[in-house]
Amino acid sequence: MIDAPPPFNPASLLGRGRSGHIVALGADYVAHGEDWCELALPYDRRLISDLATGVLASGPIVSIMDSAAGMAICLKRGKLQAHATLDLRIDYLRPARPGQTVHGRCRCYRLTRRVGFVEGVAHDGDPDDPIARVAGSFLLDNGPALSVPA
Amino acid sequence: MSKVQLLPYADFLGIRVISEDGGSPVLAMSYSEGLIGAPGRLHGGAVAGLLEIAAIAAIDATLEEPDDPRQRFKPINVTVDYIRAGKPVETYARGVAVRVGTRIGSVHVEAWQDDPTKPIAAARMKLLIAQKGEGREEA
Repeated sequence: MIDAPPPFNPASLLGRGRSGHIVALGADYVAHGEDWCELALPYDRRLISDLATGVLASGPIVSIMDSAAGMAICLKRGKLQAHATLDLRIDYLRPARPGQTVHGRCRCYRLTRRVGFVEGVAHDGDPDDPIARVAGSFLLDNGPALSVPA
Repeated sequence: MSKVQLLPYADFLGIRVISEDGGSPVLAMSYSEGLIGAPGRLHGGAVAGLLEIAAIAAIDATLEEPDDPRQRFKPINVTVDYIRAGKPVETYARGVAVRVGTRIGSVHVEAWQDDPTKPIAAARMKLLIAQKGEGREEA
């Protein structure tokens, strides 16, 4: 019998003991499905772009959407395997409300052998009133699956 | 370059203005562990953040009056092309204002590391510019 690798769990890449950009931003894992992942970014004064209004900068939203997109691709592939972001387009539909946690959910809607296509939506409390939409493509590495670093 | 004000998110990323080239500020983002995505590579979001800040700085630099209300921008959209993996080293970016009108600023911006002729990422960004005599809520 062949041992199947355990299914990819995006929560394992965040949280206690982890490091890197997403952890530095203070983002949290929220939920995932077979082809999607949702992350949350609690409001943080360090990440604002406007001292007068306290509005969150757009860059941190790109960051959580890029990470959620990468996790969606790993989920759809069923394994943690390397990929590289080819491009991301973000439409900023409205500013996030100061003080609100931003949620970002991305779905991998198409995988070819070499490329993954992702779409996503960010909101700050009401999924029907989004703050941003994203679309991106990712180059897939077809080398061996990676193990989650300890 | 004193008129280019960088805000808290720029400090968070470790970004500062180091020089000027052709009227556009050149920004540098010091490497830190908090910029890492995949092991040994910069996170795509951190690179996008640097590009966006360089784009805004490029538009800001085209406005003459220090208290010009047009110095308020709202991003409309950005398209980032990732060209090479970002290494864990200092990264630079400079935007070139394609057009700054009364309502819209359009910028092309590139980020590079060792060699400005080998960008690691490039972006096109469009921003709404606040109109003179307009409140900050209105876009």
